Amino acid sequence: MTNTKAKAKPHFSRKLLAIPYGLFLAIFVVIPLLIIFYYAFTNDEGKFTLEYVKVFFNESGEGVIGFFKSYNFKTIMQSLFISLVSTVICLLIAYPVAYIIARCKLKNKSALLLLFIVPMWVNFVLRINALKELFVFLGTYNKSNAWNIVNTIIGMVYDFLPFMILPIYTTIIKIDKSYLEAARDLGSTGAQAFVKITLPLSKAGIASGVSMVFLPSMTNYVVSNYLTFRNVKIVGKLIDDYFMGDLWHDGSFIALLLLLFMFLVTWLTGGFKADEQTETRGTSLW
Amino acid sequence: MVKIKSVLKWSFIVLILLFIYFPIIFLTVNSFNESDMIQTGWSGFSLSHYKYFFDLDNEPLRVVLQTILLAVIVALLSTVLGTVGAIGIFYSKKRTNGMLSAVNRIPVINAEVVTAISFALFVSFFSIDKSTFIPLVLGQMILCTPFVVLSVLPKLRQMDNNLYEAALDLGASPTKALFSVIIPQILPGIIAGFLLSITLSLDDYVIAAYTKPDSFKTISTHIYGLDKNNVVGPQIKAAYWAFTAIIFFIIVIAVVLVNVHSYRNTRSKKK
Repeated sequence: MTNTKAKAKPHFSRKLLAIPYGLFLAIFVVIPLLIIFYYAFTNDEGKFTLEYVKVFFNESGEGVIGFFKSYNFKTIMQSLFISLVSTVICLLIAYPVAYIIARCKLKNKSALLLLFIVPMWVNFVLRINALKELFVFLGTYNKSNAWNIVNTIIGMVYDFLPFMILPIYTTIIKIDKSYLEAARDLGSTGAQAFVKITLPLSKAGIASGVSMVFLPSMTNYVVSNYLTFRNVKIVGKLIDDYFMGDLWHDGSFIALLLLLFMFLVTWLTGGFKADEQTETRGTSLW
Repeated sequence: MVKIKSVLKWSFIVLILLFIYFPIIFLTVNSFNESDMIQTGWSGFSLSHYKYFFDLDNEPLRVVLQTILLAVIVALLSTVLGTVGAIGIFYSKKRTNGMLSAVNRIPVINAEVVTAISFALFVSFFSIDKSTFIPLVLGQMILCTPFVVLSVLPKLRQMDNNLYEAALDLGASPTKALFSVIIPQILPGIIAGFLLSITLSLDDYVIAAYTKPDSFKTISTHIYGLDKNNVVGPQIKAAYWAFTAIIFFIIVIAVVLVNVHSYRNTRSKKK
């Protein structure tokens, strides 16, 4: 009797440790997100309105067709383009890098991997500043609109590449080598084994990497602003502009759209149930 | 054939490494340049940017020191809150566990600008005074603490639970058992979370920009502001080249030391 009591008590007290952090999350994460909802659908007097939804979709007053010509729409499309191209380039670079390191015969693979991660310890604005000075030196800085887009994409790839390499490397290194041996014994070529085994088994890493590059390169306006003399606008900057111009309600509505988009992408890539297997920015960095 | 393949492979790796390191090395070289304009090219070796940087009367060093102080405070608070939270989440029932883990992921995957403006709206909604530094510290804690939780949780899963029970059976109080049995076992996770928090806080621009007191500057907001105003002398900018070079040197030395250490360890183990 006394034994079970002694065992039940500590379990109870350890569970209670979740309370302070639970409160912290509820107050400082959940409530602020609800405030975005509140601001998106109320006016300055605090009354419910769909005015800002209308303003967003009907900026020019021409209805649905007008929306496709509006500044907001053009910015979002340009941002999606930059983000898509950056993500694809990151993937095209990161997959071979991760694959080569994971399958090389070196004993100290993690040291080689570390070389790709080390630059992240330099402050991110300092790194972007270094890239900008290089563009200034090469004469491509703010040279033309096309160069600005190119420089933004280079900046995004430069900044987010490690976030793509890490999750892909972790999934490739975990693939059981006996699968590959079995494939070879059964007469498949190296390319076949890659397509049928390695690629499908590293899907989780690709999904995790894509979600870590795609969203930030739509929103990290420090990169686009700094590298283009504030001439390239992305979604993150759109929100920032509205807030800096004290148009909180309009800004909140776009932030809300971005938030819903983020939930959708995360849900599609299975990010909410991801465990430490695909945990990347956290544990494998150190 | 095999040889060509291997040459191609390693040249690809080297090429990408060049892409990653070239801007920083380029800036490091220029930090020794007498000129503070990149466009003018090389105009002679000089340590003037370093002298300017290391003078406490000038802004950059003060900004760097206060950014580091902020990062340490934020990281300490986040580490305590996150470690306690992770232990709590680990021992909660499945539903609480799942819910808290899901909410914990929101700041990790959410766009930083959305986290920043939502918290800025919160701060203005409840009229919290930004000059108290409370919004800045809390705002960065929102960013850092989830990562502490994510680095501690796997260590809790790997932990041998019997040791805790044994400590209790041997008469230790739950608090004593927590500190002398659980904490030492998850210590690597706690340290990783702390270091990650430091880098996240040092790197942060968006949250700091929305929550900091007006006169306070962090490294990120200072450099970003230089580009924005374009009125401040290029001297400050060049001082940050020197700072970038210093960090780069420190990192290179640290990486070499760690590698030498692990190399020696594996060699002595073999003997």
